[in-house]
Amino acid sequence: MKCDQCEQEATVHEVTIKSGKKVEKHLCEACAKKQGIAVQAGMPIQELLNKYVLAQAGTTPAKAAACPSCSLAYTEFRQHGLLGCPDCYKAFEGLLGPLLERAHEGATHHVGKSPRRAGRGGEAGAESITGGPKERAERLSILQKQLDQAVRAEQYEKAAKLRDEIRREAESAPPPAAKARRRKEPEA
Amino acid sequence: MNEPGGPRPVYEAGTEWLRGDGDAADVVMSSRARLARNLAGFPFVSRATREQRQRVLDLCRSRLLAGGFGGPGAQVMWVDLAESPTIERTLLVERHLMSQQHSRGKQSSGSGGAEEPRGLAVALPDERLSVMVNEEDHLRLQCIRSGLALEAVWAEIDALDDSLEQGLEYAYSPRWGYLTGCPTNVGSGARFSVMLHLPALRMIGNIEKVKRAAADMSLAVRGFYGEGSDAAGDFYQISNQTTLGKPEQVLLDNLQREILPKVIEYERMARKTLIDKRRLQLEDQVCRAVGLLGAARLLTTEESMQLLSQLRLGVVTGIISDVEPKVVNQLMLLAQPAHLQRVIGREMDQEHRRAARAELIRSRLSRDGNGRVPKG
Repeated sequence: MKCDQCEQEATVHEVTIKSGKKVEKHLCEACAKKQGIAVQAGMPIQELLNKYVLAQAGTTPAKAAACPSCSLAYTEFRQHGLLGCPDCYKAFEGLLGPLLERAHEGATHHVGKSPRRAGRGGEAGAESITGGPKERAERLSILQKQLDQAVRAEQYEKAAKLRDEIRREAESAPPPAAKARRRKEPEA
Repeated sequence: MNEPGGPRPVYEAGTEWLRGDGDAADVVMSSRARLARNLAGFPFVSRATREQRQRVLDLCRSRLLAGGFGGPGAQVMWVDLAESPTIERTLLVERHLMSQQHSRGKQSSGSGGAEEPRGLAVALPDERLSVMVNEEDHLRLQCIRSGLALEAVWAEIDALDDSLEQGLEYAYSPRWGYLTGCPTNVGSGARFSVMLHLPALRMIGNIEKVKRAAADMSLAVRGFYGEGSDAAGDFYQISNQTTLGKPEQVLLDNLQREILPKVIEYERMARKTLIDKRRLQLEDQVCRAVGLLGAARLLTTEESMQLLSQLRLGVVTGIISDVEPKVVNQLMLLAQPAHLQRVIGREMDQEHRRAARAELIRSRLSRDGNGRVPKG
């Protein structure tokens, strides 16, 4: 489609309803800029987050919550988009959950690399760092879903990587006698 | 700076990402991976007291210097940014070794300033690996390489992360993974990005399509100097937006296999279209740029980037045969204000910089300049 104003290909399409009448505009990037129409492929994630947090602001009863460790108030996080300390994730878990899910395409749990010390066994043990059997089962189920998706989409190299990840995750389960192994192994 | 005189001049140093080689180097300028990490037991940078930030800085510095990194023969340079003059800091930003935010020492909230306790560790001589201390997170690890090399940068950053962790305890939660100041980085803390040179796509007016395709896949498109910068000289940086819920290898794979091959192919097709159907116009544009670079007496950074971008297009399409891609890359860096002043050897105001920039580029690209491949 050609731009309404010049001979260039139209890449910006705007439909507005003005007093019940539909007005369509098809413009190239340059003409759209001239008319002050923002050409933006995607909203920066920070902005998206802020907007979302702000939208949530009035509706949540826990908005007065503060972190017991660093005393950051949830309202302060809303202003700057930055948390105060590692404990804030726990303190605001209920509020952050839906927010992070939205910001990270529906993700609810971390999967992938975990600290090296988790694999060292012994005193601290992996359990306290990467969680117990419940967390492991959750991670395995997430990875399995991603694997199924990759196979359906015929993305075999991604599927292979996910299989490796699943194997590592399964192997990290601590059979009492077995020596704890590191999550990561050298590539074959 | 620890080293007298700071980093060596760019044309002598073997800065990896400037080499202009590697896979798909006609389109992909560089590949980068970064990891965000925080120490357990401390507030995040924005909430920490000055004393706490100083303590984090000391802990990280001794770990970085004691462990060393960058492979055999590499030397770690430590830069105490609170002690560094502005021009030195700008130089490091221009070399893509740290962010503008880190240079200024300002938090996203607007607090802080140049004297905030923060630092940068760089592995010399090729500057492939670097670590910012006390930026938005306690640690930001980066690996950058020439061409398309995402697997390689991930392998290196992963190993550096493992090695640092031997002496530092990271903040980590079973549910959220590596905990970060901004929850948009939580989980893996991993950001993969590639710097793409897309002049032909812009010329045929298809850049917006690329941006939309990237946005559809949750990838962000940014300019030459990252967040908030514009696409100087047709350089676009594409990176993953989400960090939670996917293994690092999958984040990497999404970028590497799903969008990049398409963008690279589109740009190559656009170049081919220009060569096949609009060769004269393409040659005209490239040669005009070369003419201006060889004749202009005043050049702004922005104009030089645009002209050098055209020259690069001429080099990779074979229209210009006596200039190496690496020379164009170097000139793009030397055209930046702090580098220019470093090369000339004195501080200059904007007006003098424009003149010096034009002269530097002109002499490098002149028939007997060292930017030309000798004939015969």
